[in-house]
Amino acid sequence: MPKLRIDDQEIEVLEGMTVLQAAELLGIEIPVFCYHRKLSIAGNCRMCLVEMEKSNKPIASCAMPASEGMVIHTQTPMVKKARQGVLEFLLINHPLDCPICDQGGECDLQDITMAYGSDASRFNLNKRAVPDKDFGPLIETAMNRCIHCTRCIRFANEIAGVPELGAVGRGEMMEITTYVQKTITSELSGNMIDICPVGALTSKPYSFRGRSWELSNTPSVDVMDGVGSAIRVDVRGREVMRILPRQNDAVNEDWISDKIRFAYDGLKYQRLDRPYVRGKDRHLHSVSWEEAFGKIAEHLQDIPGDHMAAIVGDMVDAEAIIALKDLMAMIGSSHIECRQDGARTLSSPRCSYLFNTTIAGIEQADFCLLIGTNPRWEAPLVNARIRKSYLLTGLPVVSVGPFHELGYPVNHLGDDPLILERILKGRHPICTQLQNSKHPMMILGQGALRREDGQSILFLARQMAEKYAFVQTTKPQLLEHWNGFNVLQTTASRVGALDLGFIPSRTGYGLKEIMESISQKKIKAVYLLGADEIDMELLKSAFIIYQGHHGDRGAAVADVILPGAAFTEKPGTYVNIEGRVQRALKAASPPGEAKEDWKIIRALSEKLGLELPYNTLEEVRARLVEVNPLFDELDTVQRAPWQEFGEKSDIHAVPFKSVIENFYMTDSISRHSITMAKCSLEILGGQKRANVDG
Amino acid sequence: MKKVPIQKREPIRLTSQEDFKTFSFSMENEKKVKEILRRYPEERQASAILPLLDLAQRQCGGWLPKSAIEAVTEMLAIPLMRGYEVATFYSLFNLNPIGKYHVQICGTTPCMLRGSEDLKKACENHLRIRCGETTKDGIFTLSEVECIGACVNAPAVQINDDYYEDLNEESFLNIIVDIEEGRETKQGSAIGRQGSAPLKRDEHVKK
Repeated sequence: MPKLRIDDQEIEVLEGMTVLQAAELLGIEIPVFCYHRKLSIAGNCRMCLVEMEKSNKPIASCAMPASEGMVIHTQTPMVKKARQGVLEFLLINHPLDCPICDQGGECDLQDITMAYGSDASRFNLNKRAVPDKDFGPLIETAMNRCIHCTRCIRFANEIAGVPELGAVGRGEMMEITTYVQKTITSELSGNMIDICPVGALTSKPYSFRGRSWELSNTPSVDVMDGVGSAIRVDVRGREVMRILPRQNDAVNEDWISDKIRFAYDGLKYQRLDRPYVRGKDRHLHSVSWEEAFGKIAEHLQDIPGDHMAAIVGDMVDAEAIIALKDLMAMIGSSHIECRQDGARTLSSPRCSYLFNTTIAGIEQADFCLLIGTNPRWEAPLVNARIRKSYLLTGLPVVSVGPFHELGYPVNHLGDDPLILERILKGRHPICTQLQNSKHPMMILGQGALRREDGQSILFLARQMAEKYAFVQTTKPQLLEHWNGFNVLQTTASRVGALDLGFIPSRTGYGLKEIMESISQKKIKAVYLLGADEIDMELLKSAFIIYQGHHGDRGAAVADVILPGAAFTEKPGTYVNIEGRVQRALKAASPPGEAKEDWKIIRALSEKLGLELPYNTLEEVRARLVEVNPLFDELDTVQRAPWQEFGEKSDIHAVPFKSVIENFYMTDSISRHSITMAKCSLEILGGQKRANVDG
Repeated sequence: MKKVPIQKREPIRLTSQEDFKTFSFSMENEKKVKEILRRYPEERQASAILPLLDLAQRQCGGWLPKSAIEAVTEMLAIPLMRGYEVATFYSLFNLNPIGKYHVQICGTTPCMLRGSEDLKKACENHLRIRCGETTKDGIFTLSEVECIGACVNAPAVQINDDYYEDLNEESFLNIIVDIEEGRETKQGSAIGRQGSAPLKRDEHVKK
């Protein structure tokens, strides 16, 4: 391990680290533009020049490997002059339009010029002009401002896996562009806005809407898929102005998906801001909370407890789920369901519904089998990790399911589930490769579990996991082994709901039975907590209470609407696919008379004469821990012991299907986002537009 | 480029993107492609991009239509954008249709000091086009290029694959007229210098 001195401080670093990284470890700041810790090294901005003894010219610290006995100075007159010179050159063609630039206030070039630049430029010729490019509905370009750091190109090539961006021409004529003005087709494209060190790439929906210093930032969690990416919600007043990623190397690294980044405008439209009751005229009438609760109490009076069912949706926080579960137990119903998509997952054992390898663990895998899943749409950040692993180690990826372009080579075996049986029996050509892998992993998508034979597929997958090295011990008490069995949940609430047991007990009805019982009049009332993804036609004849934040599919058929809060408007606990318990904070107030969801259920319980035993958020959270002690540990993954699951029976020879038709519209928020509608039209070409009701 | 026998100046129709809606290497070039690909290791086939683009450009009459870049990148299994970057980076690849003779006047310092600007002016006046333009009959395209590596014999001009060195206005225009009238031209030094051998003390002054 090389030892070197930087600014008279000695440091020993790992082999292969650069001078810049060594300086970072010492807390010495070196200004950079092209260097980004998650991207390959380009070394073209020259901003990170430092002085190295025995070298007569400054060196680019981002590209120079730290080696034994180096003596580096970062604060000498030579370095100061070099930095000033580099900045003067960078600013030659950079417009002085900071006052009208969206990056102003959070611009690397602005900050670094303030700190290291000179006060005047000696350049008195015309600046070059570069035509702006059309990068699609999400990214606004102002190419005059580009300083050619090539971060966006490297991001597209390396992280997103869509080599669509490039630098054409050279020298002063160099321009960043797509091939013939093509829209960027990545689910992660918005991250280019973050990594652009200047205002060349900015957010189109956010353009000219606000200044960074006017916004207040709240840490939160992505609820639009199951990954639970760390996000930051920026609000001004009550309005969410933008959503940015927070760094979390265990989950999303520095990135977030375009859906969570840009769908926030959906929070403004079609909101439920006051309670509604459907009158005799079959129209919804706005009423007070008292009246809405009164109507529910009046209706439920005549209905026996077990004639009622509850279904929770995809973006519900654990607090609301536990409140509803407790309420349903008090009412005397065991018909509770969180699998509104009809997935055949059970709530036990825990390893049967988690992403056991963990997202960071994907980097350790040496074989990846995808079953009935399209990770690019179901969890773009899991897909980015698989790609990262592919780039680092050449991870071979094999897929059984519908074919998708994932951004790395995939050996597509077909979409017939019977292929899995052949793999299990060792009768498939892929088996040799599988036998030779030390850390294989499989990802079971919802496309494989949303089937009639979902439990048999789980059984088959468990047998495969045990036969090959997917799971390396069957002794449940051993936790420190490789567990390559993964289920990719597509929703933010699912793992939390399963952890809390929001799933019918032996006597309870699941989704299918609830639907059937409604037509047979055995279920007379249904409580939908943010559940919009079910076939509402089948529910219609029951008394429907809809609690949620958008006037979407559920509200359209509801008899009583209780306006809840969206994820940005309440403190909430979410469990991600790995089983990581994460907290989102409240960034803004809910609109109108809408309330936090657990409070609504708590208030309703009182009206029904079944007072829930908690009054504060702390008490609800204590109740979460009481039901499942896992909720006590935030931001860590507690590995689930390996146990038996699944049910042995025949697999149907029906091909696996994709579960997401349109990446940009999967929930009640994104369905009402104008930006997402534009993406569906322009990026997906309009053919796959979501079947939005009404 | 294979030496084209110089013919009398007859108008030539310039090709356009429309003429190259699809591109594939000719039978003859297909053999060369195989030979070129053999020069690079199996997993480094992408390195063949420069010779292949060059071959494609020669086949297309001195310029690279989009379809040719697409065909080459597809052949090498590299992203289209990478091929486009390479083609735009090198000024030796022409992305727009070009005349039969590409007259490239070196304008970098040594040639400039030795009178390349006069050569340029003389040529522009003679052909009645400006740098970057093509004559109406499609015979000549004139451009100023950066250093072509013949500084010892500056000023130098490259016409297609041939170098003409130690030029002055007169000798340069003679070459252009020779081409126009279909005569053989003399490549290399216009003053009979052997290679880049030094001249006698006052010889270059006399010139």
